[in-house]
Amino acid sequence: MGRQADVVVIGGGITGTATLAALARLDLSCVLTEKEPDIAAGTTKANSAVLHAGFDAPTGSMKAKMNVEGNRLYHELQDELGLDIQWTGSLVCATTEEEKAQIEELKARGEANGVPGMEIWDGDKARAKEPNLSAAVCSALWAPTAGICWPFGMAEAFAENALENGAEILRDCEVTGIRAEDGQGFTIETTQGTIRARFVVNAAGVFADKVAAMAGDTSFSIHPRKGEYILFDKTAQDKMVRGIVFPAPTQTTKGILVCATTHGNTFVGPNAQEQDSRDDTAVTTAGMDEIIAGAKKLVPELPMGASITEFAGIRAVSDTNDFIVGESKTVKGLYHAAGIQSPGLTSAPAIARLLAEEIAKAAGAKAKAKVVKGRPAQPIFRELSAEEQAALIKKDARYGRIICRCETITEGEIVDAIKRPCGARTVDGVKRRIRAGMGRCQGGFCGPRVIEILSRELGIPVPKVRKDGADSYMYEEKLGGGRK
Amino acid sequence: MSELYDVIIVGGGPAGLTAALSAQQNGAKKILVLERDREPGGILQQCVHNGFGLHHFKEELTGPGYAQRCYDLVKDLPEVEILVDTMVLEVRKDKTVRAVSPTRGVMELHGKSVVLTMGCRERTRGAIRIPGTRPAGVYTAGAAQRMVNMEGYIPGRKIVILGSGDIGLIMARRMSLEGCKVQAVLEICPFSNGLTRNIVQCLNDYDIPLHLSHTIVAIHGKDRVTGVTVAKVDEKSRPIPGTEFEIDCDTVLLSVGLIPENELSRGLGLQMHPLTSGPIVDQRRETSEPGIFAAGNVVHVHDLVDFVSDEAEIAGKFAAKAALGAGGGAARDLAVTTGENIRTCVPQHLRLGAETESVRLFMRVTQPLRGKLKLKVESGGEEVFSKPLMIAKPSEMIAVDLPEAKVGALTSDLTVSLTEGN
Amino acid sequence: MATETKVLNCINCPLSCELTATVEDGVVTNVTGNFCPRGAQYAKEELTAPTRMLTSTVRVKGGRLPLIPVVSAKKLPKGRVVECAEALRSVSVAAPVHVGDVVAANILGLGVDIVASRDMEAV
Repeated sequence: MGRQADVVVIGGGITGTATLAALARLDLSCVLTEKEPDIAAGTTKANSAVLHAGFDAPTGSMKAKMNVEGNRLYHELQDELGLDIQWTGSLVCATTEEEKAQIEELKARGEANGVPGMEIWDGDKARAKEPNLSAAVCSALWAPTAGICWPFGMAEAFAENALENGAEILRDCEVTGIRAEDGQGFTIETTQGTIRARFVVNAAGVFADKVAAMAGDTSFSIHPRKGEYILFDKTAQDKMVRGIVFPAPTQTTKGILVCATTHGNTFVGPNAQEQDSRDDTAVTTAGMDEIIAGAKKLVPELPMGASITEFAGIRAVSDTNDFIVGESKTVKGLYHAAGIQSPGLTSAPAIARLLAEEIAKAAGAKAKAKVVKGRPAQPIFRELSAEEQAALIKKDARYGRIICRCETITEGEIVDAIKRPCGARTVDGVKRRIRAGMGRCQGGFCGPRVIEILSRELGIPVPKVRKDGADSYMYEEKLGGGRK
Repeated sequence: MSELYDVIIVGGGPAGLTAALSAQQNGAKKILVLERDREPGGILQQCVHNGFGLHHFKEELTGPGYAQRCYDLVKDLPEVEILVDTMVLEVRKDKTVRAVSPTRGVMELHGKSVVLTMGCRERTRGAIRIPGTRPAGVYTAGAAQRMVNMEGYIPGRKIVILGSGDIGLIMARRMSLEGCKVQAVLEICPFSNGLTRNIVQCLNDYDIPLHLSHTIVAIHGKDRVTGVTVAKVDEKSRPIPGTEFEIDCDTVLLSVGLIPENELSRGLGLQMHPLTSGPIVDQRRETSEPGIFAAGNVVHVHDLVDFVSDEAEIAGKFAAKAALGAGGGAARDLAVTTGENIRTCVPQHLRLGAETESVRLFMRVTQPLRGKLKLKVESGGEEVFSKPLMIAKPSEMIAVDLPEAKVGALTSDLTVSLTEGN
Repeated sequence: MATETKVLNCINCPLSCELTATVEDGVVTNVTGNFCPRGAQYAKEELTAPTRMLTSTVRVKGGRLPLIPVVSAKKLPKGRVVECAEALRSVSVAAPVHVGDVVAANILGLGVDIVASRDMEAV
């Protein structure tokens, strides 16, 4: 006999984890399945990390509604969940009269969408805010409610809060089949056995159409669209930007932006490449040339010597080009959160709230008697005062051993990251939680040490330690004597 | 913990240990070496190959053997204290050093002088922007070397190495000796930056092909590396379309350069040199901040540890003198600038007082040169020193000593150049 | 009488002289292209009885680290180096070990000891 749950959420990205957190506050048993070794392994780990104000999407679209509502909800949730968000505001920059007209249009659309506080600035005012902006920028749309965030950390926060409220998260657990039992719930086959559930939430990102089809709903399809990025070292920030800088948008995308991260780095990207593969996150030379050229239109003097890594993410674009949120038209009890491309990160709490409300109604569920609002605290050594650091080391000497020197991360924090409720199981999982290996040496020094700590804390041999994906093993035992 | 030391040394590799010995020999009584790793010796502990020490110890040693020598020379000195497993968080202008260790917690230490010997780190994949996916199986050569030589694991079995500097070549042999197959070594330059000895003994001995003017244009594999696409590059290092070919491999090792590790120096606000990426120093290896010295790979990346030790001896000596109040009195500050064919020269300036000594200049050239070459030091338009050379490579540092008598007579800025012909 | 001409680069110094050696019946009879006498000596050795130092690691039990670096006390015949490295993969020693301690005596009967190249205290 397999597991039983009221709701199974398929997909552990920002949408899935936010939805799980919302559902877990109801008197329902909830399980989330994620096929990768860690949550937030798909689109959530590789995107622009921007919480959009909400002026881009057409007025009345699901995207517009969810964006503006999601942005508002993050302002509320930030303290409750300890989210890593900086409300920097965003600028959309025009360099021609035509673009100037375009940003006027954006402002009007934003106002219709309910975005507060927008202003049109002249070039000098924009440059006063971001001194490295091109002299060609003649006008800009300022939106104070936009912000930057650490998307993995947000998904982690939602996941941890969900666990605090009794939900369960199964990682390394791929859904291989879904049988809709004629209005009597679902039988879900996974790589970790069968789960019986009354409701299924499809938050499977670029695979959402495949998951829908497994359950018998073939009403939409998802098209992968790749976006490439280049990340810069913290030392480059003075030559880059402090907030979010967009160009005037194109038909398909918001364009190649120059943007700060909450960790003091900056990045440029993304481009937009339609492709067939749902998991090909290969970065291309042409793509990098494209984003460098694009970013130089905003910041002409890009400090390319300070680039530390490049990456690509896949956006899940639905054939309606809008979010598909709500119960399936053909399969009762199946709820979609599909086609969640940008502004999906911003929209996640709004989508979660909408789905939780719909499922609560269908299930006749009420809020749990006792809802936990936050999540366990976690000491961050480098942010503590000298006295606090001393006290922490006295309590546990491992906080006195710096493993990642670029980011000043201690062994104690790495152990915490592994031992937490939805803890790290991979080297990249440690990196995403606490930044060990995220700095300028990119794990050159601390990589071997992190592997050793993962091996020890997870109780697995070093050759079983993975970098990121399901089969991303890193090191092997040495070959024996006498072997060819 | 708050104590006053004569000399605090940040980093316990060959530079730090040698600086400690030199400081002791020059009268410092209380010397502290702070080392981040679990034991002293620095990166040498993982460089198990031989070829070290011929200049400095007049004997050929392995990396760990060289480290052992450096350590043995200081370990029993009562004046020298070494703390391992200790990370320096901050060095301040007043020579306060903030450090942390599991056993001693957060320490605030005070030095009369400080020597920075943090060494260098490797350039990464991101710094050279290799296209493709980001699977497991891509490592910097140094990280893989540590796993192979100190932890006892291999990174994979079929290996492609990018970069033919000595580290790349040494790893090619090392992996071959561990029973792995090294498919190829790729070098973006039209020449190898490694020693001929290493080309012969690390590649040719194991029939490993070296592709000059080639680079990786894509890494393949979703979770683990499955291969790379390689292409020939033009004279501007741009891949030439149509020259691509695939190499099957499960591992890519990157040996694409070293960068001085100077976060603490930047935190201190030291004046840095854009080409060496290290602090600007004078002939005593004093930085722009009085009483703060630097030596070894943190100043400029060396190719021989022997020269690192030579430089650390200088820094240790003058750090001790400064601590004892016997340095000072620089009457003339002369810049050392680079002329024809010279890319970098350390020290970048000389601060000369009444007391002068011979000065060693370390230089790197801009391009490989061969034939009748003349290394020339000019001061005020006059040639003050010259030395004939037959060969010069960017990968091999040139060291020359300006004799004491010449140094004493210097009154204006210096220019070093390497000219062809007479 | 078989006479061959072999070309190789000297490895003694950065000049890397390109040496041309005449080999008659396995004996080097003439070397040209060398700037200094070391070149001729190198060509003779490399073409008749090439040798190499071997450095590797062996397992160590009870030490601070799992491996200890080792080095051949003298040069080994080049053709046997890989075999020696293979043999070392199954060697294990117990800490404490001191620099110079023999970890594999007379490896493969070649008359060369493999010795530790650093100390490894017991923990």
